[in-house]
Amino acid sequence: MESVLGRYRNLIILVGVLFLQVLGLAMQVKRGSDTQDTRLIRIWAVGALSPFERSLVWVRNGSGNIFHNYIYLRGVRAENRELKQQIEQMRLQQVRLSEDAAQAHRLQSLLAFKEQFVSKTVAAQVIGSSGSDLSRVVYIDKGENVGIRRDMPVITAEGIVGKVLMVYPSVSQVLLINDQTSGVGAILDKSRLQGVLRGGATGEVMLERVMSDEQVAAGDIVLTSGGDRIFPKGLPVGTVSKVSNGKDLFLNIKIKPAANLSKLEEVLVLVEKQERQAVAEEKRVRASDILSQRLPSVPEKPPQAQAATPGTSAAIAAGASSAAKPKSPAAMSGSNAPTAKTPASAVASPVPGVAQKAPPQAVTAPRPKISVTSTSLSSPATRQPAIVEDKPLTPPVQPATQPSPNDNDPH
Amino acid sequence: MPITYTSGEQVEVYRFSIPVTLGVPLIALFVQAFVPLRFPWFAVYFDLPLLVTIFFAMARRSPIAGLLTGAFIGLAQDMLGHNPIGLYGISKTVVGYGASSLGVKLDVENAGARFLITLGFYLVHSAVYFTVARALVNMSLSWSWWHGVWGGLANAALGTFLYFALDKFKQRT
Repeated sequence: MESVLGRYRNLIILVGVLFLQVLGLAMQVKRGSDTQDTRLIRIWAVGALSPFERSLVWVRNGSGNIFHNYIYLRGVRAENRELKQQIEQMRLQQVRLSEDAAQAHRLQSLLAFKEQFVSKTVAAQVIGSSGSDLSRVVYIDKGENVGIRRDMPVITAEGIVGKVLMVYPSVSQVLLINDQTSGVGAILDKSRLQGVLRGGATGEVMLERVMSDEQVAAGDIVLTSGGDRIFPKGLPVGTVSKVSNGKDLFLNIKIKPAANLSKLEEVLVLVEKQERQAVAEEKRVRASDILSQRLPSVPEKPPQAQAATPGTSAAIAAGASSAAKPKSPAAMSGSNAPTAKTPASAVASPVPGVAQKAPPQAVTAPRPKISVTSTSLSSPATRQPAIVEDKPLTPPVQPATQPSPNDNDPH
Repeated sequence: MPITYTSGEQVEVYRFSIPVTLGVPLIALFVQAFVPLRFPWFAVYFDLPLLVTIFFAMARRSPIAGLLTGAFIGLAQDMLGHNPIGLYGISKTVVGYGASSLGVKLDVENAGARFLITLGFYLVHSAVYFTVARALVNMSLSWSWWHGVWGGLANAALGTFLYFALDKFKQRT
């Protein structure tokens, strides 16, 4: 017996070590894919490596900053970074606004419609990865200490990146959207088709669950749908790069992510989302209103004639001039926006969007609609009068510049 | 002067200092985790922890030391990812055992032998990982000979240079 054990000692130990690992694997598989079970074990490896990674990133950034800030272009780098941050914030705001606008056209008649808003983000630096193409995760240098929790969305200014998978005190693991185990609710911006975004074996991103009889073209923009309860609705995901017929009556839609997932440096973790109801302040658009707009109507009175009517042109002119002035962010927030104070112009155009089709001359006029649009982020109805304020600034409507019936179609 | 061995009786077993034993795998894991942030293709084609496992296993020429080295390095690599712990552990345990067993019987000191051994063990490693991931964990992986061969060649080329650099840390028993 001893001789057998001695002879096959290496093999027995090999089988024993393999058996223990298989046993460990089986236990993990049985408990499900929840990686929280192995958190204690994983934290050793992360704790051993993250200080080195963090130091290297710090040294790299520090040396780069010295060169760029004090030797190469003093101050320009900092200014550029500040401007980029502003652009990032504005892009986020722009995405939200454009999505809100589209939403307003489709859902004006709905009441008690809930919307989600990003209210707080934490900027973090990417310090490491798993080092394997079979596990597409990255590590960021922020963790529980700054309020990051599991399943929080991670984005860049360009688009979504992934979600927080594991959280340690000062480090977090982020599962990228091109990992095979990830899943994001997505929607095609133009056709409003919904699908599920998944990673492929070679790191590509695919939009699944879109029926093959739907029309999807390369170049279509993909946004988050909010259906996964992780990403807020309307964040950019990417663009469709290739469409082909797949199996089971579904299309194979390959997506080019908006964020450069292979070269991530700084990311934003959305640590706080707000959900509030959009208040339907305006009455519903009636079919008769739409029809009346499409039909030939009496041309508007010239400004001189309107001045005779109290509360019309004077109010419009005042509203236009005040709206044309640059507004501070404080002035642009809340319900004190000048939009609600222009009832006359609102009456002049009952259909939303009509006044947007102003003649080309209106382009040179002050653009109150921009400043006012950004005042009310959640209530599409309050924007309508503000947009209409452009109208008095334009010359009288000519037949050639009349909006076409299709343009008036709110749908 | 490089020492070559052609028979089992002449095989010399090497050992390593504790800092090297711990530090080299840790550096390999660190580089493997950090470099792909700048060069994403690195993670696709290169597996530094595997090269370190093969090197230590071949140099020590002890199957038990080899499999334990592979197990520890593989498990540490598993901990950095999000897949179940043990996939890399099992693969590298097999590679460590195989490389050390081969090191006892073959001349593993010249560049040609090292190149071929690394190429072969890369494929073995990929095959074991693929099998375990598909059979035990039910992961949806697809086998790619193209990726296997190119990855094997890339690792073999890198390993040949890396082994000569790591030879400096060898200590004769």
